[in-house]
Amino acid sequence: MRFASRRRRPRGLPAVLLLGAGLGVASFAACDGTGGAGNANVRAESEDGWVVPRTADGRPDLQGDWTNGTMTPLQRPEGEALVLTAEEVAVREGRRREYIDDRNAPSDPDREAPPVGGDGSTGAAGGVGGYNYFWIDAGDRVAVFNGEPRSSLITRPEDGRVPALTPEGRRRRLRAYGRLAGEFDNPENRPIGERCILSFGSNAGPPMLPNYFYNNNYTIVQTPDHIMILTEMVHDVRIIRLGEPKPAPGDVRPWFGESWGHWAGDTLVVRTENLNPDQMAAYVYLFGPGSEKMTVTERFTRADERTIHYEFTVEDPDTFVESWGGEVPFTRLDGQLYEYACHEGNYALSNVLSGARAQER
Amino acid sequence: MANFPRRRALRRAERNPRRGGRVVSALLALGLGTVAACAPDDGIPRTASGHPDFNGIWSALGNAYWDIEPHMARPALAMREGPVVPVPANEVVALGAVGSVPSGQGIVVGGNIPYLPEALERRDENRERWLERDPEIRCYLPGVPRANYMHLPFQIFQSESKFFIAYEYAGAVRDIYLEDPGPPQVDSWMGQSVGGWEEDTFVVTVNGFNGQTWFDRAGNHHGYRLVVTERWTMLGPDHLMYEATMEDPETFSEPWTIRLPLYRNVDPDARLGQFKCVPFVEELMYGHLRKNPIR
Repeated sequence: MRFASRRRRPRGLPAVLLLGAGLGVASFAACDGTGGAGNANVRAESEDGWVVPRTADGRPDLQGDWTNGTMTPLQRPEGEALVLTAEEVAVREGRRREYIDDRNAPSDPDREAPPVGGDGSTGAAGGVGGYNYFWIDAGDRVAVFNGEPRSSLITRPEDGRVPALTPEGRRRRLRAYGRLAGEFDNPENRPIGERCILSFGSNAGPPMLPNYFYNNNYTIVQTPDHIMILTEMVHDVRIIRLGEPKPAPGDVRPWFGESWGHWAGDTLVVRTENLNPDQMAAYVYLFGPGSEKMTVTERFTRADERTIHYEFTVEDPDTFVESWGGEVPFTRLDGQLYEYACHEGNYALSNVLSGARAQER
Repeated sequence: MANFPRRRALRRAERNPRRGGRVVSALLALGLGTVAACAPDDGIPRTASGHPDFNGIWSALGNAYWDIEPHMARPALAMREGPVVPVPANEVVALGAVGSVPSGQGIVVGGNIPYLPEALERRDENRERWLERDPEIRCYLPGVPRANYMHLPFQIFQSESKFFIAYEYAGAVRDIYLEDPGPPQVDSWMGQSVGGWEEDTFVVTVNGFNGQTWFDRAGNHHGYRLVVTERWTMLGPDHLMYEATMEDPETFSEPWTIRLPLYRNVDPDARLGQFKCVPFVEELMYGHLRKNPIR
C-alpha cells in the first residue's frame, strides 16, 4: 500500500492505470543555540514584520514539510498572459472546485460495469474507472509567486513553453518513443513511476515539479554542510552537498543526479549534473528527453512564513534550442507525510503484465 | 573537544585554500573557544545547542545482518538435503562461497532471542523457506532495527529541529519526530519514530510497524505490535554505541536487547551511495509475466 498525506490511497487497482531538546540541561546552559553565528546583519524583514527564521549557523531555515501541489500547469496555454487577474483566478479555482465536488460525489452502487475495452477516457483514472477523486490530490489552487497568480510554472522563455528541440533532441525523442513499443511486453517497458523506481513526473527532480496527481509533498532537513530533500512519493531522497563542488566521475550517474549547493546571500543555489540516463529518458513524458549534458540550477529562497520561492533553470544545448526555467511556490504542508511504500504493494505492475498476457491467449 | 571542529575546518580549508586560512583562524579564535566553553571535553562533536552531533555516514561492522544470534559459518542460507550432509539449495548453489554465511558472535545481549514456542517454530520455518520469505530478497523496506546493521551504510541529518536518517539500502528513510505527533497514522514498514534526549543519549521509540519486516537473513521475526526503544550514544568523534530493546508480547516471552557499535566513515569525501534495488528484482518478481519469459 502507498499512502498519501491525510488520505489513504491503495495502489492495487485494476490494470487500468496504464499510466498506469532539553539538552544536558544545566551543564551546557551557555549553549543557547545561537552558537555566536547569528547573522544579524543580513536579517531580512518583510513589511508585515516577518523575519526570516535562521538555523544555528545563521542561514535561512528551509526545514520542515512543504508542498508544491498546484493547478497551474507547467506550460502556459497559448495566448495567455503569465499573470492572471483576480477574476481569472476565481473562475479557474471555482471550476476546479466544482469538478472536484462532482468527482467526490458518492458513486452509484448500482451502476453498470464499464464497457469492454474501456469508456474511452484517458489518464490514470481513465478507461474502466480506477481512482476516483478521493484518492487524488492534484492541486486546487493557482500558483502564486511573488504575489502574482500564474498561468504557468515555466517563466523562461517568455512564452512559458518548453523550447523547441534541437535536431539531436528530436532524434532522441524518437528513440525514446521507440522504446515504448511493446509497452506491455516486459516490466522494463512500463513507466518508471509505475515500476516504483521514482516518483511520477519530475516530482523529485531536478527540477522538482508538481506531478498533478497526488503526494506533492517534501521534507527538508538542513545542516551546515548538507541539504536533504525527501520527496514523499517513493521516499526519494536528494542529498545536496554544500561547498566547493568535487564532482563525481562522469560514469557515476545516480538518480536525481549529482548536486552541489552554496549560499548566495539568503538564497540556496544548487547545481546538478551527472543526471541518470534512465531518468532523462523518462522525461519524454514531460519534456526532452534530456541528454547526458543536461544541468539544472535551482534557487531556494524563504519568502514568508509559509512559502519557499523555488526557481529552476534547465540547460541542455544538445536537446533544447535555448535554456528554460520557471518559478514554483513551495508552501507549508499542514499535515504529516506518510510512508510511501510503493514497490511493496505494487500489484498494478503484475496486473498490467498479466492482463496483457491474458489478452494474448 | 577541539578535534572534530578542527578537522572540519581543515577540510573546508582544503576545499577553499584562498579562504581556508581565515576560516581556520576564525574557528581557532572564536568557534573552538565557544564550543569548549559549553561542552564537556570528551571528544564528542556537538551541535550549537550542545547535543552530541550525529551528522555523518555510519555503518556496522561484523555479520549481524546475516543472523543476529551467535552462529557458526554455514554453506548457504538456503539448504537442501544431501547424500551425506545438507548442501546449498539449487537456487543458490552457483554463488559458491559468495553465498556462504560468515560466522558471527551475535548482537543479542545474553545470547538468544526469548521467543514464545510458536514464534520459535515460525522462525525455524522462516529459515527453511528463506528464499520465499525474506523481505530483503524482494527489496522491501527493511524496518527497524534491521536497517541499522545491514551491509550498507546510512546517513544521519541532524539539526536543532530535525533528526533524519537516510539508508542506502532501498532508499529507506526515517524522519524521527522530535515532538510526539500522537499515535501512528497507519502501520508501516519503517514504523513511526519519536526521539528525545536523555542526557547525551538520543532515545527513540519506534512503533506502528506492519509486522512484515525481519531482524536479519536468518528468519528472526516479530509481529505488528513490536515496540523498539533505541538508544544512540556517542563514544567519541567516530564511534557510537547502538542499543535497541524489543517488546512484542505476542512474539517474545520478555523484552530483549541488541547492542553493537557503529562506525563513522571518516573519508572526507565519503558519500552515501544509492541502492534503489527495485529494478534489480524485477526479473525475480515479474520475469514470469514477460511476453517471452527468458528462463
